Amino acid sequence: MSQNYPALLVIVPLLSAFFISAAGWVNKRLCFPLSVAALSVSAYSCIGLLLRVLNEGVVHYRLGGWPPPWGIVYYVDYLNGLVLCVVSISALINLIATKKSIEQEFPEKTGPFYTLYVLFVTGMLGITVTGDAFNLYVLLEIGSITGYALLAMGDEDRAPLASLNYLYMGTIGACFYLLGVGYLYIATGSLNMVDIAHILPDLYQSKAVTAAFIICLVGVWIKMAFFPLHAWLPNAYTFAPSATSSLIAPLMTKVMIYVMIRLILTVFTPEFAFTTLAVSHYIVWLACIAIVMGAILALAQHDLKKMLTYIIVAEVGYMVGGAWLGNRAGMTGAVLHIVNDALMTLCAFLVVCNIVYKVKGYAFADLKGLFPKMPFTMGAFVIAALSIIGVPPTCGFFSKWYLILGAIQAHQYGFMVALLFSSLINVVLFFRVFEVGFFEPFSDHEGHEHHPAVMAEAPLSMLVPLYIVAVGLIVVGLYTGDIVNHIIRFVIPKGFM
Amino acid sequence: MGDLIQVVIAKYNYWIYITLMMIGLYAMIAKNNLIKKIVGMNIFQTAIILFYISIGVKKGGTLPIVEHGHGAHPNVVHAADYLNPLPHVLMLTAIVVSVATLGVALALGIKIYNRYNTLEEDEILVQIREK
Repeated sequence: MSQNYPALLVIVPLLSAFFISAAGWVNKRLCFPLSVAALSVSAYSCIGLLLRVLNEGVVHYRLGGWPPPWGIVYYVDYLNGLVLCVVSISALINLIATKKSIEQEFPEKTGPFYTLYVLFVTGMLGITVTGDAFNLYVLLEIGSITGYALLAMGDEDRAPLASLNYLYMGTIGACFYLLGVGYLYIATGSLNMVDIAHILPDLYQSKAVTAAFIICLVGVWIKMAFFPLHAWLPNAYTFAPSATSSLIAPLMTKVMIYVMIRLILTVFTPEFAFTTLAVSHYIVWLACIAIVMGAILALAQHDLKKMLTYIIVAEVGYMVGGAWLGNRAGMTGAVLHIVNDALMTLCAFLVVCNIVYKVKGYAFADLKGLFPKMPFTMGAFVIAALSIIGVPPTCGFFSKWYLILGAIQAHQYGFMVALLFSSLINVVLFFRVFEVGFFEPFSDHEGHEHHPAVMAEAPLSMLVPLYIVAVGLIVVGLYTGDIVNHIIRFVIPKGFM
Repeated sequence: MGDLIQVVIAKYNYWIYITLMMIGLYAMIAKNNLIKKIVGMNIFQTAIILFYISIGVKKGGTLPIVEHGHGAHPNVVHAADYLNPLPHVLMLTAIVVSVATLGVALALGIKIYNRYNTLEEDEILVQIREK
């Protein structure tokens, strides 16, 4: 059993998607427990796998018994062991937290929704676990196509168009990645990531390899919404159903950051990415622009959900910049921020989910008087906000600390300034929300003001998972040292300053 | 000039795929009709499939079917005589992916048409702004 964790964590949700779909025809109430069971098995396997990696080192799993480089190998090391746990646990928590919200928003479509949900998680986990460059493309498209469908289930006026625009951009991104893999295949004749890494050093001067790296990178940037390529993200995430945005917003961009780091560290070596190409300086500047523009655009928004989506754009800038600083502290910050940002985004979007469940809106005008009305939900929101701003002891502080440390060591003061600037903007953004929620009187949709507002909190089944995530933000913050010393330290290859 | 023609002719498969890709990209960026954009997207994907197919081809190579397999005749197999089947097999998966993407895109197109009674993007945006 424990030998097969790498296969189980992908195959169990994949197969159960068919059963969930079938169960949807028989009895809709079967879908939810089946999805929870499938994702629990995944999460259990992911945690077991991470523990195994911690004890025994890198795990290789040959699918179908074919030896590499001919067969597909699932390759789990410290980096993707960590990301796997984050992905599977946040997907599971979100599934449990959003049950009521899904039943409220589209009661007749729960069967297809859970099927797509589980398939999406399959895609994300598969991207993370696989050690084969082409297999990654296929799983990326499984995740993306289900993502388009999930996002289009939201607001009938806007969601399909937003999702279609995402589909155009997403397809271009995935095709670019595929094209890059094609060039790599021409140059090396292999698709196995570790095998490619062994063959490449003699070919670093080849133009095909440079082209492959740049094309793959641009493709992945489109998928992660790195600033000039971010145009699809805000609308697609804003008009989606609340349960979908709280699933996709934490996972999709973070998993793509993981793919970028995997490309830099494993497929191409850091030596190639930082020394031979010598573009890291420009990419860090691009990341600075992404952070500043994300923050400024977030400031211009009039509703909570869209503001959060622009904050994601800025956070993507943090991680891309951190990874390209080219030193130990920067890379540590980037990997740590994958974990932290997934949790922070999950927490913030679950809060939106609760608000939409009770208030039926997420514009700033709908948030009036929410603190007395939904004190527990807003309490969790304060924790998420503090973490996004970067206040200790929440986890957001520690990753930002590493990123700033890396920026100083790399003499990239522009990146440091951008980080601090975006933290300040975040303070303004969130205190504006607090102000509306705390001081303005609650008014219902007919415009009647209530003094004092009656407490109408979201149901316990939504609050408990939300608080697990919110407390998780602080716990991860307090245990940052352990995560860095026991896991992330081994991610970064030797010779990295 | 002669050199340029040489380069174009010697690598014509790459030039064809890049041309197709740019046609697809142009359609996705410049066309106003959603269906034309979707067609452009499909051309874009097909261009990459063509690229993969063309890199597996060898001059004078034949189908990669080994007739005397499993020890019937201990003939030596020369890899150079056969086409490389791997890119072709990969593209079977890519075709499936592109069909699925196309399906989802068209389904979204139907949803948009039912809501706005048009597939022209500017008209849809006008309707969105009016609300």
